[in-house]
Amino acid sequence: MLITRRVEFSASHVCANPALSEAQNRALYGVGANPHGHGHNYVLEVTLAGDPDPVTGMVFDLRELKEILQREVVEPMDHRFLNREVAPFDKVVPTTENIAAEIWRRLEPNFGGSTRLSNVRLYETEDLFVDYAEEAA
Amino acid sequence: MTRLTRRYRFSASHRLHAPELSEQANRELYGKCNNPFGHGHNYLAEISVTGTPDPHSGLLVRVPALDELVERTVLRDLEHCDLNRSLVNVVPTSENVAAEIVRRLEAAWPAEFPKLAGVRLWETKRNRFELRHEEQ
Repeated sequence: MLITRRVEFSASHVCANPALSEAQNRALYGVGANPHGHGHNYVLEVTLAGDPDPVTGMVFDLRELKEILQREVVEPMDHRFLNREVAPFDKVVPTTENIAAEIWRRLEPNFGGSTRLSNVRLYETEDLFVDYAEEAA
Repeated sequence: MTRLTRRYRFSASHRLHAPELSEQANRELYGKCNNPFGHGHNYLAEISVTGTPDPHSGLLVRVPALDELVERTVLRDLEHCDLNRSLVNVVPTSENVAAEIVRRLEAAWPAEFPKLAGVRLWETKRNRFELRHEEQ
């Protein structure tokens, strides 16, 4: 069974690779490369896969999931400038693709046993989102 | 696995009518959708690509390049159009419109783009039609 919880955070970023020239960054990222940054209301949907516990009837305690999302994602990223304040985005370009993968890396160690992280979906806007999932080891 | 999905909107009219069937059979099959003067919808198309983001840019695809492709190959012919004219020799059900969108994208798909993962077409908020690339 899959269960999904949604949270939101707002953050600013610049999409530019320091190894490239300003013109190259402009060509690659468009207005996303504006040097002073811009922001989004990100919406994160985290999906867990597992079987409901026969006693509690729950795949995972949603209150605990809320706390994990708050600790691993919302507290470090909400109302932050990702490039300057949230590692590894001082070195890694904070594209939606890379932010989704980083959120997976932060969340994945929190789950074990019969419940596993199944998918991370990150909406940069209502009309653009990225799904990220790693194969089970 | 990284999959990026972009949403596009277009408004169009259509009439569901199979020329092989009688007027009576069409009315029974398609109901109100067979209204001879047609009707319209606000369609929402979700186009997904999948692959590994470029390690230097962090991008799976340049979204403006995807937007340009979709605008040129899909939206230009469908936005504020009569789908019975945009689609040739096929009843413009959302099943067929979704398949047509996939055909148009595939015909113009740039070699440097990641794989087309699928197209999901919403006819209304209550009806959606999904084609995965492999099902083509």
